[in-house]
Amino acid sequence: MDFISILSIFVMACFVGYYVVWSVTPALHTPLMAVTNAISSVIIVGALIAAASTGAQTAKWLGLVAVVLASVNIFGGFAVTERMLAMYKKKEPRAPKKSEGDEA
Amino acid sequence: MITRFLTAAVLTPDGSYSFAEPANVAEAHGVNPWVALAYLIAGVCFILALRGLSSPATSRAGNRYGMVGMLIAVITTLITHFNASIIEIAIAIAIGGTIGFVIARRIAMTAMPQLVAAFHSLVGMAAVLVAGAAYANPGAFDILVPHLNANGLETMVINPVSRIEMALGAAIGAITFSGSVIAFLKLNGNMGGAPIMLPMRHVINLGTLIAILVLTAMFAIADPAPEWIFPVVLLLAFIIGFLLIIPIGGADMPVVVSMLNSYSGWAAAAMGFTLHNTAMIITGALVGASGAILSSIMCKAMNRSFISVIAGGFGAEDTGGGDGAVKVDRPWKRGSAEDAAFMMSQAEQVIIIPGYGMAVAQAQHVLREMSDLLKEKGVTVKYAIHPVAGRMPGHMNVLLAEANVPYDEVFELEDINGEFAQTDVAFVIGANDVVNPAAKTDKSSPIFGMPVFDVGKAKQVFFLKRSMGGVGYAGVDNDVFYMDQTMMLLSDAKKMVEEINKSLAD
Repeated sequence: MDFISILSIFVMACFVGYYVVWSVTPALHTPLMAVTNAISSVIIVGALIAAASTGAQTAKWLGLVAVVLASVNIFGGFAVTERMLAMYKKKEPRAPKKSEGDEA
Repeated sequence: MITRFLTAAVLTPDGSYSFAEPANVAEAHGVNPWVALAYLIAGVCFILALRGLSSPATSRAGNRYGMVGMLIAVITTLITHFNASIIEIAIAIAIGGTIGFVIARRIAMTAMPQLVAAFHSLVGMAAVLVAGAAYANPGAFDILVPHLNANGLETMVINPVSRIEMALGAAIGAITFSGSVIAFLKLNGNMGGAPIMLPMRHVINLGTLIAILVLTAMFAIADPAPEWIFPVVLLLAFIIGFLLIIPIGGADMPVVVSMLNSYSGWAAAAMGFTLHNTAMIITGALVGASGAILSSIMCKAMNRSFISVIAGGFGAEDTGGGDGAVKVDRPWKRGSAEDAAFMMSQAEQVIIIPGYGMAVAQAQHVLREMSDLLKEKGVTVKYAIHPVAGRMPGHMNVLLAEANVPYDEVFELEDINGEFAQTDVAFVIGANDVVNPAAKTDKSSPIFGMPVFDVGKAKQVFFLKRSMGGVGYAGVDNDVFYMDQTMMLLSDAKKMVEEINKSLAD
């Protein structure tokens, strides 16, 4: 891919991001930050390439450390988002249910 | 273009990159369209993950899309780079994953801002490490191009465009890292919330930023690039991240956390450019946009310009608090738990305005019990949330959700502000600045122009506060205290609400 195609993808994605994020309800802004945190750890792709590389040992070790850091973020970010989202419940006709009661 | 793609597909049916052969470098990117497609699908999953957050009902499905996207991206990378290192990689993922998972399970919801700041620092550091790895072993990242050196010999050097992307990605990552560490320390209370003002800091900051940009340009143009440039860019970026955040006071932390969120996205996008990876570019752009929008929402909610937040200094009164102390000559009424319980049980509609003080006192659960008791008596109860209630965007909504408050009873500022005139009781708990009418009337007030709740229009106001002394983040007096219809409930928030509940139950 040449630079211009990549740049086009990037610019389009910025616009998509702008409109998608404005559609997020303010009540979910904290989960939004947690989940963007998790997905920005897609940088793990670069870390994996480095960790699997042959040749320079420095690159390999830097990659492995980056894999650890990004994994903390991916697992932690998605898990904490899931935990928060499970708390959001609609008004129910007073029947205390378990935490799974909101998906309809 | 299409024929090239098709030929490529036929040539490499096993899906392996051929980065081992330098001659193929220019062609190597996106050689296998299936790989490119997989990353594109991952990117689309991430868009759907954010899209799901448009309503609580679809949000969990959205989060699953995010997980699927991440799984696709990771598996695709592992397949295309499969070798003996897989064992070390699996161990690395297991270590990181366990740490992340345990933290996510244990963290208190009140500590969410610190956690997010800590997570941002990890993304920043990961970006720095990946850029460092790409610098140490450019061949593995397909960013080498043939180049004639001064002696007329052909050598392999890092593609100049990739050098800019790498240096910028590393610099943004480093800023995200050191900035987030400071934000974490401030939010976690390891470091005072008060801004630390260095002399000449604007000159120093601007100089450092310019130095980073100039060095990045040199890194791309110089032939050959001196060894010291890349580490120096990194070092300067770590320093600037630190310098940028220390002068920012506690009250502005929601903006800072959102801003660092944005930076972590741009760092990922820059590395995506280096790796020509669509998933990373799309995600980086999404996260960058998200953080930027949240910072602007936060700034608007405080009526502060982004520039003035970055310049820092707000919230200096945070710890002092003495100057803006209440003028003792103004009369105010003290109410009791019984008064509040009686008035609220007689009301048709009660609006509760919670602030961070409520969360500090851990009063959200007893507050929900109070609204349950009121609802049993036929009272309509609504919660009104200001965008800056809590320590990060949407924080108060999470805290209420944790206490089992249904999300359709919780309203945003602009949706509920018109209702105060028809409301019998406004119950302010642990909030202050967000109900201060000075924001509308007093031009000299530090919070002038900030949108606030018109609690004064309600027939009766109960203001639950620890004492008459402390006066909120901005350190300004609040006229609501002295209004005829206001009764001050001076006590610990949790204790007071428990007492109200006791008399409501009787």
